[in-house]
Amino acid sequence: MYRRYVLSVLVENRSGVLSRISGLITRRGFNIDSLTVAETENPAISRMTIVLHCDESVVEQMKKQLEKQVDVKEVAELVEHESVTREHVMVKVAATPENRMSVLSVAEIFRANIVDVAAEAMIIELTGESNKTEAFIETVRPFGILQVVRSGITGLERGAKVPGKDRKKEEASF
Amino acid sequence: MKKTGAQIVVECLLEQGVDTVFGYPGGQIIDVYDALYEYSDRITHILTAHEQGAAHAADGYARSTGKVGVVIATSGPGATNLVTGLATAAMDSIPMVAITGNVSAALLGKDSFQEVDIFGITAPITKYNFIVKDQSELAETLRRAFYIARSGRPGPVLVDILKNAQMGTCEFENAPPRPILPEVDHITEKDLQRAKELIEASRHPFIFAGGGVISANASEELKAFAAKIGAPVSLSMMGLGAYPAEDPHFTGMLGMHGTKVSSMAVAQCDLFIVAGARLSDRVIGKSSEFASHARILHIDIDPAEINKNIRTDGSVVGDLKVTLSRLTQIVEEADRSQWLSQIEKWKRDYPPVRERKGEITPYYLISEVAARLPEDAIICTDVGQHQIWTAQHYPFSLPRTFISSGGLGTMGFGLGAAIGSKVANPKRKVVLFTGDGSFHMNCNELITVTMQKLDITVIVLNNNVLGMVRQWQKLMFDKHYSQTTLNRKTDYVKLAEAYGGTGFVITKKEDVGPTLDKALKTKGAVVVNVAIDKDVNVLPMVPPGKAYNQQLMSIDI
Ligand SMILES: Cc1ncc(C[n+]2csc(CCOP(=O)(O)OP(=O)(O)O)c2C)c(N)n1
Ligand SMILES: [Mg+2]
Repeated sequence: MYRRYVLSVLVENRSGVLSRISGLITRRGFNIDSLTVAETENPAISRMTIVLHCDESVVEQMKKQLEKQVDVKEVAELVEHESVTREHVMVKVAATPENRMSVLSVAEIFRANIVDVAAEAMIIELTGESNKTEAFIETVRPFGILQVVRSGITGLERGAKVPGKDRKKEEASF
Repeated sequence: MKKTGAQIVVECLLEQGVDTVFGYPGGQIIDVYDALYEYSDRITHILTAHEQGAAHAADGYARSTGKVGVVIATSGPGATNLVTGLATAAMDSIPMVAITGNVSAALLGKDSFQEVDIFGITAPITKYNFIVKDQSELAETLRRAFYIARSGRPGPVLVDILKNAQMGTCEFENAPPRPILPEVDHITEKDLQRAKELIEASRHPFIFAGGGVISANASEELKAFAAKIGAPVSLSMMGLGAYPAEDPHFTGMLGMHGTKVSSMAVAQCDLFIVAGARLSDRVIGKSSEFASHARILHIDIDPAEINKNIRTDGSVVGDLKVTLSRLTQIVEEADRSQWLSQIEKWKRDYPPVRERKGEITPYYLISEVAARLPEDAIICTDVGQHQIWTAQHYPFSLPRTFISSGGLGTMGFGLGAAIGSKVANPKRKVVLFTGDGSFHMNCNELITVTMQKLDITVIVLNNNVLGMVRQWQKLMFDKHYSQTTLNRKTDYVKLAEAYGGTGFVITKKEDVGPTLDKALKTKGAVVVNVAIDKDVNVLPMVPPGKAYNQQLMSIDI
């Protein structure tokens, strides 16, 4: 089924790992919506969150290609309802004295924060599931969007389960 | 014990049992070369004419033995000259370790003299690669490199070592190499049972085996498995030698230039068993029509190969030697003699295509060579028509006797690979079948053959054209022979002599036998230039992207 998939990938924090993984993805012709990466609670390990729209067979192949990478410790799919995903967006909106109040009320409805105000514009930030962030962007679009920056999606599985903890991919000892 | 990084490199090579390396020195690897000088009683370095030749030699060394081939080069141009060799090895899953030098940490990233990001360049064409910035990481990195190259699905690994890490000293203790155990973690009872069911339910099973069988040293297990289930066997080009060509139930290659019998078997089988092959586009043709009446059972060490190009009905992931012998144990023996006699009949009805064009046909030449060589002779090829003719007509019966660039199709691979094969197997005969196009790419390595006192017979199937491309132009581009007519004036005898070897020319059919007798007895670098017709085609041919029922048995329009 063609839909959105979110993969959470634990990788060893070695030099070149980001370019290796992103290179793998582009080389195999997988189209990704977003990719984020940062250190985890263990500084030797980073978590990558990869979001893509594709068919099931494509995501299956992508998981296997990722799993066989030397740097990859674990690949988990973040399934809707069993996981929480968030995205952070900042939107710079044209805010003239006339429409400023309307912009502010939209921000309030979405529980977004105003983080910068200038004479002709303001920056609004929002964190949420991507359908919320997208709805927000669409709602403020008529006011005039000057710039948008999105963090890309990150996420975790719900509950106490920590998939990486019982992983069996052995750590090579030499 | 304190050692320099350069000494640690050589110590680690010795630890891994390496006694021969191929390479070419330069400024940023000079420390390692100094260590090689110091250890020259324990490790032999083969100097080639070009780093590409060294990379292909390391590859040939690995293919012909199963051991890890080692190549060493300097930074910048030395390192980039390895690229084709690494990509060639990566595509065919060949275990290799490439060691390159690079500028010092202080100069890194400043576009310094002969600095190149070989780590970045080779990431997509290696199984893994490393950059070592400090000597303290060196031993562990090299040990991992060897382990990664040879474990699981093998492949090339590059270790780029900064100059300061070669020069600096640190504590070093020898350690035994980490043993490489067969990969069995993913072989489950459930998968084996499913495979057993598929096989037992099948009346017309057909095996297609590839290079994975060779890499797992599983040809005996393949034979036993095929015999137990009464299935005919086809091979991919990479698999040649894994099953004896003379076996009555061997159907030849399957794929773009596979036999008619293999095509018929794949169309009519009810179970298609793939063992250690990755089902590339050169095998599948049109995926919607491939093996459409069959269920598919895929056995491979790499889980990512399962369902990559074709949906399977069952699969077992793990070491092929283990999987094949387990399956042989658990499946019920069944009488499939009717199916096997059908195959034998097809083999009688559809013998290999042999176009009769020109004075000397490729088949005649290849079989005359084969008739003069022992079973364990190592046959290398370059890339083009001569390669496929060799694959189709040479009767390979032992694994690791056919050395050819399959996945990348690298013209210029052959001579380097022959050098590596001969260095690794000094007592065995090594013959290279090459084309007039391919040979010109790296014929400079003839001097390496001479200098190393190797006996290698190079047979040039000289059709005066880039025959394989010309064949496509004939078939698909209205005979627009754009840049494929060579008609080069190269004097192959003089060329051989210039490099200290011996040359022969064959233009008449009656000279083939006597000249081959002489050439195969001549020591050193021997080049035999054999005139063949420019219009002999590689047949049969399934045109790219076409289904097997569109297999062409002739293409002269
Ligand atoms: C390095 C490289 N360049 C180009 C090609 C494309 N190519 C494939 S076969 C071929 C012709 C090879 O000619 P030759 O070695 O004379 O062999 P023949 O087909 O004539 O037997 C070419 C150009 C290739 N495979 N490798
Ligand atoms: Mg030619």
